[in-house]
Amino acid sequence: MATLLIKNGRVMDPASGRDEIADVLIEDGKIRGAGKDLAVSEVSELFDATGLVVAPGFIDMHVHLREPGFEHAETIETGSRAAAAGGFTSICPMPNTAPVNDNATVTSYIVEKARRHAIVNVFPIGAITKGSKGDALAEIGSMREAGAVAISDDGRPVMNARVMRRAMEFARSFGMPVIDHCEDLHLSAGGDMHEGAESVRLGLRGIPACSEDVMVARDILLAEVTGARYHVAHISSRHSVEMVAFAKARGLAVSAEATPHHLALSDRDMPPYDSNYKMKPPLRSSCDVEAVTQGVVSGAIDAIATDHAPHPGSEKMQEFENCPFGIIGLETALGIALEKLVHPGKIELMRMVELFTTGPGRILSIGRGTLAPGAPADVTIFSVNREWTYDVTKSLSKSSNSPFHNKTFRGGPVATVVGGQIVWRCP
Amino acid sequence: MPQGLLGIEGLSRPEIQAILDRSRDFQPRGDQRFRKLDLLRGRMVVNLFFEASTRTRTSFEIAARRLGADAVSITAQASSVSKGESLVDTLNTLAAMHPDAIIMRHAASGAPHFLQRYLETPIINAGDGTHEHPTQALLDARTILDRGQTLEGLRVAIIGDIAHSRVARSNVHLLSKFGAHIVLCGPASLLPRELENIASGVTLTTDMNEAICGADVIMMLRVQLERQHEAAFPANEYFQFYGLRLEHLQLAKPEVIVMHPGPINRGREISSEVADSQRSVILNQVENGIAVRMAVLESVLGAKKNGNAAH
Repeated sequence: MATLLIKNGRVMDPASGRDEIADVLIEDGKIRGAGKDLAVSEVSELFDATGLVVAPGFIDMHVHLREPGFEHAETIETGSRAAAAGGFTSICPMPNTAPVNDNATVTSYIVEKARRHAIVNVFPIGAITKGSKGDALAEIGSMREAGAVAISDDGRPVMNARVMRRAMEFARSFGMPVIDHCEDLHLSAGGDMHEGAESVRLGLRGIPACSEDVMVARDILLAEVTGARYHVAHISSRHSVEMVAFAKARGLAVSAEATPHHLALSDRDMPPYDSNYKMKPPLRSSCDVEAVTQGVVSGAIDAIATDHAPHPGSEKMQEFENCPFGIIGLETALGIALEKLVHPGKIELMRMVELFTTGPGRILSIGRGTLAPGAPADVTIFSVNREWTYDVTKSLSKSSNSPFHNKTFRGGPVATVVGGQIVWRCP
Repeated sequence: MPQGLLGIEGLSRPEIQAILDRSRDFQPRGDQRFRKLDLLRGRMVVNLFFEASTRTRTSFEIAARRLGADAVSITAQASSVSKGESLVDTLNTLAAMHPDAIIMRHAASGAPHFLQRYLETPIINAGDGTHEHPTQALLDARTILDRGQTLEGLRVAIIGDIAHSRVARSNVHLLSKFGAHIVLCGPASLLPRELENIASGVTLTTDMNEAICGADVIMMLRVQLERQHEAAFPANEYFQFYGLRLEHLQLAKPEVIVMHPGPINRGREISSEVADSQRSVILNQVENGIAVRMAVLESVLGAKKNGNAAH
């Protein structure tokens, strides 16, 4: 029997509230138990976690793995390796591949590719509409059967409110959450960065915060009408956070995620015309950053998700307005969360673990994100004080479009366990 | 780090003053024909224009030649696919021919800033998208100073499509550094509120009469239909509310001067009567463009010469 004993770490499990120095025993890919004096017959592998935190495996509910179709930017395999190096044991790739993941065949392809080549769990997210074109609904039920855990037209939001309403109704039949990249494409058209003093100064066209807010407002109203489970992707603006809090107070099944970069950076942090700071939603004002941070503190925001968006260097090495949107983020997420949330005392460490585990786990209902006995043995082992410097040229992702190159962090992933196997160790 | 000229915003007041002072030496005296100088003999500049321009390109060419430098002009068509890669490649190819400076105009804001990160050759920005047009602001300042002693305390009204104007941005930065009062005026859809904080001494108004009231200088901007991605105002209402006509000048100071970066659209942002009036200094601006660009070229290329001498 294959066993792994993780010894003497600070075991933190938000699902049970456990926070103590203990051992975690894994047998045959399942958590056998955690405690101080576990009855261990024969240990095939031992990991000394003294001084480290032992948490349920982190879940990133928003990544782009670019496969099929854009394998020059990332593959399921390379993306999964970057995920493991970031402490993530489960990742959810968005459907904007080529072809779009809008039917069970593509979903199955991703699931099968992941089974063979990925070193972490991959739970695909299916499209809301065919080709993410915003018209006809995708084959939501069959994608669910093939393994999709949610639906989203990420990056190409459904502009037609009636279509969105039907999608929410239909998804509810299968208990699937509807994830929306909230952006009114008419209001944001042509924009390259957050509309504000910086965009005016740099002469770049703006993406106003209201382009996000009007869609969050619309979707919350539709979620109430339909009773759907609705999730706001990469929330970035003050008013959107306020509206999600309002929806929750009304008892709606509404949730939200925030990205590490929207917690870490504002539009003023961008070196002039540096496309490694270009993404959607854009880095917003410091007031918005503060509001997103407060949303994490208050509980309006349920999860941290990276929106890991690899692009090859050649595409990012252009005039700013011609560069694609998106940055990679799997390997730096934990470091940023510690720096921006835990070290300054904004949230407790347990709450941060929750944002990476039970938070997204609950939204997706994938039965992960806990160290309860019998649960799949996905474990993230990390340090809260070990200093390290991110070198994007050594990234396990195929791409290197990160604004955090050369940044020094205090605390980060040390080892990642998926299904009882140590799939990554800090070199 | 190559010392080109990417924008006014990053320059200090003494740096700007030095260029303005030096440009006086290059202004023609009376009817005298300009004698060619040999200050930059043996030096070469490349004019690389990704956007159509007659006057700025010609002005830079003449400036270079009057200083004895060689000037090569290239009008490049930005390709539609993978522009940036070819942009970097184009610039690297040019740089390999060892020009002393590259004078560049590009439709994308920040294009020269992006390129300067990869290039040893100094870049002089001849206009980047809707961001900056530094030599235009310098020649405008030279033109204002030709009529007065100082920029300090002057009331300068800049009127038109402020949102899309690189001329406005560079002028705002320059005038602000010298303590002028700048009134930006246009329809609200072309006048982002954030402009108020772009520099000190800036106020905004959508009322043209208010902008002109007591003005020492009126700068009209070209209505740049090619930079608008939508109709931000009804085109046939523009002249009625934001076009400069003779009667407006009564509101300004008696010695007010009217400026325009050109090319002018008669009857769209400025009436023919104003453009051809005694108050108009539009042609002086063109003339000063050469003198100011000579001072800029001398400063950029001269700096490099000193650097080489140390080797």
